Amino acid sequence: MPFIPHTEQEVQEMLAAIGVGSLDDLFEEIPASLRLSQLDAIPTALSEMEIGHLMGKRAQQDGQPVCFLGAGAYDHHIPAAVWQITGRGEYYTAYTPYQAEASQGTLQLLYEYQSMMVALTGMDVSNASLYDGASALAEAVLMAVRANRKSKSKRILMPRTVHPAYRRVVHNIVKNQQVELVELPFDPQGGHTDPAVLEQYRGEDFAALVIPQPNFFGVLEEVDALTDWAHANGALAIGVVNPLSLALLSPPGEWGGQGADICCGEGQPLGAPLASGGPYFGFLCCQQAHVRQMPGRIIGRTQDLDGKVGYTLTLQAREQHIRRSKATSNICTNQGLMVTAATIHMALLGSEGLERAAAASYANTRALVEALSAIPGVAPLFDRPAFHERVLRLPAPAAGVLRSLAAHNVLGGLDLSRDYPELGEAILVCATEQRTAEEIAAYAEKLARVIQLQGGVTCGLVPKE
Amino acid sequence: MLIFEQSKAGRYAPAQSPLDKADISAIPAQFRRRRSAALPEVSEMQAVRHYTRLSRKNFSIDTQFYPLGSCTMKYNPRACNSLASLPGLLSRHPEAPESHSQGFMACLYELQEMLREVTGMRAVSLSPAAGAQGEFAGVAMIRAYHEARGDSARCEILVPDAAHGTNPASAVMCGYQVREIPTGPDGDVDLEALKAVVGPHTAGIMLTNPSTLGVFDRNIEAIAKTVHQAGGLLYYDGANLNAILGKVRPGTMGFDVIHMNLHKTFSTPHGGGGPGAGPVGVSERLVPYLPVPMVTREGDEYRWLTERECPESIGRLTAFAGNAGVLLRAYIYARMLGREGMPRVAEFSTLNANYMLKRLQALGFQAAYPQRRATHEFIITLKKQAKELGVNTMDFAKRLLDYGFHAPTTYFPLLVPECLLIEPTETEDMATLDGFIDAMGRILEEATQEPGLVKGAPHTLPVKRLDDVKAARELDLAWQQRDAG
Amino acid sequence: MSNVPNDLKYAKTHEWVRDEEDGTVVIGITDHAQELLGDLVFVELPEVGDTVDAGAECAVVESVKAASDVYSPVSGEVIAINETLVDTPETVNQDAFGDGWLFQVRLSAPAELDDLLDADAYSDVMESEAH
Repeated sequence: MPFIPHTEQEVQEMLAAIGVGSLDDLFEEIPASLRLSQLDAIPTALSEMEIGHLMGKRAQQDGQPVCFLGAGAYDHHIPAAVWQITGRGEYYTAYTPYQAEASQGTLQLLYEYQSMMVALTGMDVSNASLYDGASALAEAVLMAVRANRKSKSKRILMPRTVHPAYRRVVHNIVKNQQVELVELPFDPQGGHTDPAVLEQYRGEDFAALVIPQPNFFGVLEEVDALTDWAHANGALAIGVVNPLSLALLSPPGEWGGQGADICCGEGQPLGAPLASGGPYFGFLCCQQAHVRQMPGRIIGRTQDLDGKVGYTLTLQAREQHIRRSKATSNICTNQGLMVTAATIHMALLGSEGLERAAAASYANTRALVEALSAIPGVAPLFDRPAFHERVLRLPAPAAGVLRSLAAHNVLGGLDLSRDYPELGEAILVCATEQRTAEEIAAYAEKLARVIQLQGGVTCGLVPKE
Repeated sequence: MLIFEQSKAGRYAPAQSPLDKADISAIPAQFRRRRSAALPEVSEMQAVRHYTRLSRKNFSIDTQFYPLGSCTMKYNPRACNSLASLPGLLSRHPEAPESHSQGFMACLYELQEMLREVTGMRAVSLSPAAGAQGEFAGVAMIRAYHEARGDSARCEILVPDAAHGTNPASAVMCGYQVREIPTGPDGDVDLEALKAVVGPHTAGIMLTNPSTLGVFDRNIEAIAKTVHQAGGLLYYDGANLNAILGKVRPGTMGFDVIHMNLHKTFSTPHGGGGPGAGPVGVSERLVPYLPVPMVTREGDEYRWLTERECPESIGRLTAFAGNAGVLLRAYIYARMLGREGMPRVAEFSTLNANYMLKRLQALGFQAAYPQRRATHEFIITLKKQAKELGVNTMDFAKRLLDYGFHAPTTYFPLLVPECLLIEPTETEDMATLDGFIDAMGRILEEATQEPGLVKGAPHTLPVKRLDDVKAARELDLAWQQRDAG
Repeated sequence: MSNVPNDLKYAKTHEWVRDEEDGTVVIGITDHAQELLGDLVFVELPEVGDTVDAGAECAVVESVKAASDVYSPVSGEVIAINETLVDTPETVNQDAFGDGWLFQVRLSAPAELDDLLDADAYSDVMESEAH
C-alpha cells in the first residue's frame, strides 16, 4: 500500500490490542447514514512512474517562453545552492518551531532572516513572514489602524499606483472590519502620485498612507515628501517595496524625516521561483513602537538554562492560538520554506550581489525600452525615473499583440487595458538580469513584425529611421 | 554562530550574480540608497556549510517521529517535490496566457474535482494560501450569503470551546462577534447549550469534526439541523480531515462550507511553518461567492474564472492563484493515492492512534475521553502525574526530545488540563509507535524515581530549556552590528 | 492562598481598587491574578485623559503564555498611569497591591464603589474558582 508500512500481521496484532475485529469497526461512532462507499470521480492510483510521465507531459505542454513579464513576479536568477539546501528534509519536513530546543536550525535561520530584512529595509523589526505581498499589505493596513493611536479613523489613503491585485486583496480582507480605502489618482505625465494631490485631504483623519516604491508602473515615487505628509497629518506611512530594489533604492526606514512606520512587500525576488504565482512570501517590518501590533510569527534571541544563546518564538500572546478572538490576525503560518530560501539567497549574494542583480535588471529594462521604442508607434508612457519596469504605449491593440508574441514564445508584458483603461493600448514590460541582449533584440524584432501585421502605425506617426 | 558573525567587510565571492555592475547613475541620488545594506559577506562555501549545519539542529519528519496532534505530520513523498519542480512548472509566470498554461491548469482543475468528490461539496476553489486564509474565505462567504439575502441581523459566529484559536480569530476578521459553545463531558458539543443560543442573530457555526478532542461528534446531524433551522450556516474546519478521508464527507454531514489543509491531509511539506494551502469547498448556495481565481473547463480547454466571470465572488486573497506549487504537490499525492488509497489514509491513521492510546492506557496514562473511540488522534492528560510527581506535561514533552521523538501538541485543547494531543498518522510503522510508547513508559518511571532528570530535560539537544520570559521582556529580534562587540 | 488586603475593594474579574478619598481611585490587578498569569512580560495601559467605563476593557497584562484583559471596576477619567511598568512589568508580580498599580481614575459615578467586593467576598470568589 503506497506510503503505509503495515504488514497484514501487524494490522491483526494492532486490532487485537485495541479489541476490535476490523478496521471498519474503528468508525463505529460515525452514524451509518453518513458513511461513504464510493469515490467514483477520483481516478485509480498511479505509480510514481505513471505520475512522472503525466507531469512531464504537462510541464512540457506549457513550454518555457522568454519572459518579459513582471507585474509583481520576477524572473531572477536563483543560485543553485539555494534550493539544494532548502530542500533538505530537516527544513522541508519540519513544522512551526513550537519545541524550540528541537528547532534551533529553523529558529536561528528565521532570526537571521529578520536581521537581513531589517538591514535591507532600514526598519527596526521584521516578522518571520506572511503569505504574499498582497496579503501582507492587507495585514499592514489592519496593523496601522490598530497602531495609530492618534487617529480614530479607519480610512486609508491608497494610491492607484499600487499593484491593482494588491488593492483588490486589501479591500477583500479589510472591508468586513469597516476599513475604507480612499483612492489617490496618479499623475498622467509622470506615472507617480503627485504629493500635491494630498493637499485636498489635509485636515482629514486617516490611519495611514500607502506608499509604493517602485510603484506598479515601475516608476519611483516621491517617497520622502509622501512620508513627511503622512506624519504631518497624523497618518502612519506604509511602504510597499520590492526587496531587490532596496539594494539600490533608499530604504523605507530612511524615508522623509522619520522614516516609514511599517513596510511590507513581496519576497519573491529573493530566491522564490515564478512557479505560477506561489508559494512566495510576504514580508512585514515596522518600527519598534509598533511591534506588539505586528501579526505573524516573531523569533527572539534569548538564553538557555546554562546561559547559552538560543532562539525561540516570542510575543506569542498576540497570536490566535493564545489570544483567540482578540488576536492581531488569524494567521498561523509563515512561509517558512520560502523564507529559508530567501535567507540563503541573501547570504549567498550579499548586498553587493543583490546590487548587481538589481542594477542589471534596471539596465536591461532600459535597453529593452530603448530597443522597443525604436519601433514606430511604440513609446514609453511616463517620463520619471523608474526601476526595472516600464509602461509602453503600442500602436495596435495590446491584447492581440501579446497573443501574437506568445505564439512566438515571447511573454511580451502585461496588458494594462483592464486595470488602467485610461492609458489606452499600453503594456507593462520588465527585463531582469536574466534577459540577454539577444533575447531583447529578438523581442524587438518580433514586436516590430507583429505590429506591422496588425496594421501598425494607424495614428499618423512618422516612422522613425 | 550567526551568519553575520562570519562576515568580513570587503569579501565578495559569489559567482551567482552578474560579473559586472551596471551603471545606475541615471537614477537621481535622492532615490538611491546612501549606504549598502549590512548583509553578511561570506563565500558560497561558508553559506552552504552554515545552513547545512543549521539544518542538523532541527527535528523533522524525515529524521524523527513527529506525532504533533492536529498537524498531521505524515511522510511527504519525494515524487511530489521533484515533479512539481519540473522546469516548465517552476518557470511559469503567474500572468502567462492560458495558451501557455493548459498543462498547469489541467492539474488544478483535476485537483478541484478530486477535492469536490472526497468532501461531497458542490464546488471547490483552491486559491486560499493556508488553512487560516481558507477559514477567512469561508466565513467571508457566509457573510456574503447573508448580506445578499438582506439578512443583516446575523452578527454572531458560534465556536465550540475546543476549537482551534484560528476559528474565533477568523470570525472576528470577517467582522463577526464570537460566542463560545461548551463541550459536554463526553467530548461532543453540548447540544442543549447550542439550542439555547442559536437564533436570528446566528450567522453560522464553525466546527471541527472529528474535533480537536480526538472524537467524532455523534450529534452532527442534530447540530446541522439546529443551526440550519435557525437560518445559520455550518462551517467545517478541515484540520482533521485525515481522520475521515474517504469514509465520511463533510457535505453529507450537512456542512455548507469547508476548508482543507493540504499540508496536512494531502501531505505537502510543512516547511518549518509554511507554505500551506487551504482550498475551500461549498454547498450549492455558496457557489457564487467562492474566492477567485478558479479553473473551469470548456470543451478541451481550461479557462480561468476571475472577478470578471464571478462578480459575486468574495474576490482574491493573494495576488495570484494562491500557493500553486503546494497545489501541484497535493495533486501529485492525490493521484498516487487514487480512489483506493484515500480511505486507507483514514483507516490506518485511526488504527495507529487507537493502538497507541490502548498501549499508553495500559502503562497507566489517563485518556481524556476513555469511553470514546479515538479518531486519528487522541488526548492523554498528565493531571495526575503533575499533581503527584510534580512533573508536568511540558516536562514530559521536553524529555521525549531526549529520546529522539518530537513532542506531541502540548496544552491544547485548553479545556483538558495538562494534556498531550497525539497524532501518529498512517505513515508510521508499528515499531516506531512501540518505540514512542516505550519512551513514555520510561519517562513515567524517571518521573517517579528521578523527577529532576525529567524536569531538567532536554539534556541532549543543542540548547537546554530557553528563557521565554527573557525573550519577551528584553526583545532581541534582529542582529545589529553593535552586537559584534 | 494569596494575600487579600482588607483596606481595598475588589472586582470579580480580579482587579483591586484603592479609594484615595479625593474623588479618585487607584486600580491594579490582585496578587492572585498575577500568580495565575505567571511572569508578566508586558502591560498595556490606557492613556491619561481616556474615559473608562465600569466593566469595560481598558488595559492588557501579558505573560509568555497568556494575555488577559483588565476591566475597569469603575467609570471615570484616567488621570495617571504607572509608566514604570512599561520597562519593568515584573513589578506587578513583585508587588501587585503596591508598586504594581496600573492606573488612577477620577470617579464619575462614585456610587459604583459600593457595588465592589470587600476582601472577604473576593476571597470567596477565589475560593469558588479553585473548585
